[in-house]
Amino acid sequence: MALGVFLIVAIVAVASALALVLRRNPIHGALFLVVNLGCVAVLYLLLGAEFLALAQVIIYAGAIMVLFVFAIMVLIPGKEETGPDPLRSQRLMAVPLGLFLLLEIALVLWGSRSGGGVGGAASLPQVGVRAGGIESVGRLLLGDYLFAFEVTSILLLAALVGVLTLAKRKSE
Amino acid sequence: MDAAVRPVAPLLVVAGTAFLLLVLDLLPPRGTKRHLGVVALAGVVAALLVTVVLWGREARAFSGMVVLDGFALFFDVVICYAAALVLLLSMDYCGRHGIESGEYYVLVLFSTLGMMLMAHAADLILIFLALELMSLSLYVLAGFFRWRLTGGESAMKYFLLGAFASGFFVYGVALIYGATGSTALERIAAAAGARPPGPLLVVGLGLLLVGFGFKISSVPFHMWAPDVYEGAPTSVAALIATGSKAAGFAALLRVLLSTFKVVQPDWTALLWGVAVLTMTVGNVVAIAQSNVKRMLAYSSVAHVGYVLVGVVAGGALGAGGVLFYLLVYTFTTVGAFGVILLLERGRQEAVNLDDYGGLAESHPVLALVLALFLLSLTGMPPTAGFAGKFYLFGAAVRSGYIWLAVIAVLNSAVAAYYYLRVIVYMYMRDREGVPTGAVPSFAGRLALGIALWGVLQLGVMPAPVLNLAQAAVAPLLR
Repeated sequence: MALGVFLIVAIVAVASALALVLRRNPIHGALFLVVNLGCVAVLYLLLGAEFLALAQVIIYAGAIMVLFVFAIMVLIPGKEETGPDPLRSQRLMAVPLGLFLLLEIALVLWGSRSGGGVGGAASLPQVGVRAGGIESVGRLLLGDYLFAFEVTSILLLAALVGVLTLAKRKSE
Repeated sequence: MDAAVRPVAPLLVVAGTAFLLLVLDLLPPRGTKRHLGVVALAGVVAALLVTVVLWGREARAFSGMVVLDGFALFFDVVICYAAALVLLLSMDYCGRHGIESGEYYVLVLFSTLGMMLMAHAADLILIFLALELMSLSLYVLAGFFRWRLTGGESAMKYFLLGAFASGFFVYGVALIYGATGSTALERIAAAAGARPPGPLLVVGLGLLLVGFGFKISSVPFHMWAPDVYEGAPTSVAALIATGSKAAGFAALLRVLLSTFKVVQPDWTALLWGVAVLTMTVGNVVAIAQSNVKRMLAYSSVAHVGYVLVGVVAGGALGAGGVLFYLLVYTFTTVGAFGVILLLERGRQEAVNLDDYGGLAESHPVLALVLALFLLSLTGMPPTAGFAGKFYLFGAAVRSGYIWLAVIAVLNSAVAAYYYLRVIVYMYMRDREGVPTGAVPSFAGRLALGIALWGVLQLGVMPAPVLNLAQAAVAPLLR
C-alpha cells in the first residue's frame, strides 16, 4: 500500500517538476510547482512526519506560492496570462465540483454534531512523542536546536535590515 | 560569566552591538552617522578583547552545536581584525560616497557575526545558518552603490550565484545526514568511521565542497569575484576578500580535518587539482587586468590557491600554516584595498592602473605603504607574505607534495609581474593628466598603520604567532 502510494506520488512529483521547468508560461510553471510541493507533502506523510507535511502545505503550497503568482502577475503582464482562457469549457466543471465540496463539508459537520462517525474528536490522531510529531519537533526546536533557532531569528533580522536598506535607497 | 554562554561570548558582544546600533540609529543626531561607526568599532574591539580573555579554554554549549577551542578563537581574532580595519576604512569612505547609514554598520556587524559563528559551529545546520547570515549581509553591502550599474551587477551576481551555491551546500548536508543519520560533526565522524564510506557520503561531501568553493572563490567557482569586487564599495570588497574567505576556510578545515578524516585521500586528491587550477587561473588572468580592484580580485583567487596548498599538505604544519597565512593575508589585503580607497582622481576612486603613474612623487608615504603591501602579496622578505608562503609551501614539501610546491612557487613568480607593475607605475612613470590626490582621513590612516604593523611584525617575527596557529589546529587533528 505504502509503496504503491509512494510510486504514484513520486511519479507525479517528478513529472510536475519537469513540467515546471519545461513550460513556457510562467503561471503554468507556478501551478505545477504547487502540484510538486503537494506531492512532497504526501511524501513527508508517508515518512510519518505530520508536522513537516502540514508546514509544507501551509507555508510552501500556500503562502509562498501566492507570493510567486503575485510576483509573476505584477512583473510580467504578458499576453499569455491575460488572453482568452483556453480551458473555457472546463468552467462548467466548477458547478458539480463545488456541489461535491459542499456535500463533503455538510457530511463532516453532520458527523461531528452527532459525535463519533467521520471527523469526531475520537477519530483525531493521538499526538505522541514520536519522530515527526508536533511535540517532538517542538522539543527539538527549543531543546537541542535552540541555538540554531535563535541564529535563524538573527538571520531573518539581517534580511529585514537588508531589504529595508535596498528599498529605502530606491525611493530617494 | 555563565558557563553555558561562555563559548559564544565574543559572538554575543558583536550581536549585542548590532542590536544597540539598530536602536541608536533612530536617535538624534540624524545628520551624520559617523558615531555609529565608532560604536560598531568599539563592539568589534570588545569582541577581540573577550577572545583574548577566553584564550586557551575549551568548551561546548547548546547540545554540542557550538564549540570554543583554540581554532575558533584564532579565527575570531582574524575576523575581528578584518572587521575592525574595514570599519575604520569605512568611516570616511562612506560619508564621501554618500552611502553612510546606520544599516551599513549594522550589516557589517551581522556579517562579522556570521563569519565568527562559522568558526565556532560544530553542526552542519549551524554552519549553514552562519554561512547564510554572513552572505545575506554581504549581498546587500555589495549593492550599496545602488545608483551605479556596476553596484547593481555586483549585488545581483553575488546574490544569484551565492544562493545557487547555498543550494548545493544544503543538498550536501541532506545527503550526509542520509548517510550518517546526523548533522553534528562529531557524530558524522563516528558514523563515517564505523563502516567503509558509501557513495552517499562522498557525493554529499562533494556538494559541500562546491558550496565552500564558492564562498572562498576557488576555481571553477570564482567567476563572481572580479565583478563583485569592482562594483562593491571598496571597503566591502576588502571585507569579502578577507573576512568571508577566512570564515569559509574555518568551516572547511573543521569539516575536512575533524570529520572527514576517513576519506582524506579522496578530498586531498581533489583539492590538489583545485589548488593548482585556482593558483594558475587567478594569476594568469590577473596579468591582463588594468583595473586595480579587478586585479586584486584575481590575486585573491590566486591566494586561495596557495592556502589550499596548505590544506592539501595537512597536519599541524599545513593547517597551522593555513591559519597563519589567513592572518597575514587579512592584514595585507585590507591594507592594499585601504590605500586604493584613500586615493581619488577627479572625484572618482583611483582604480585604474594609469591613476598610479608618478604617485611616489606626489604622495611618497602612501606609495611606499602600497608598495610594501604589494611586496607582501608577492611574498618578498621581510614582509609577512614571505613568511606565510614559506610555511605553506614548506609544509607541502614535508608532506611529499613536491610538485604542488613547485607549481606554487612558479605561480608566485608569475604573480610578481602584476604586483611589481603597479610599483613600476608608481615609481618609474610620470603622471599624466589630472593628478591623483589622497583623501584626508585619520581613521583610514590609522587602519593602514595597523595593517602595516601587522605585515611587518608577522614578517620579521613570525614564530610566536605561527606557534599559536599550530597549537590552535591541534584539537582538530587529534
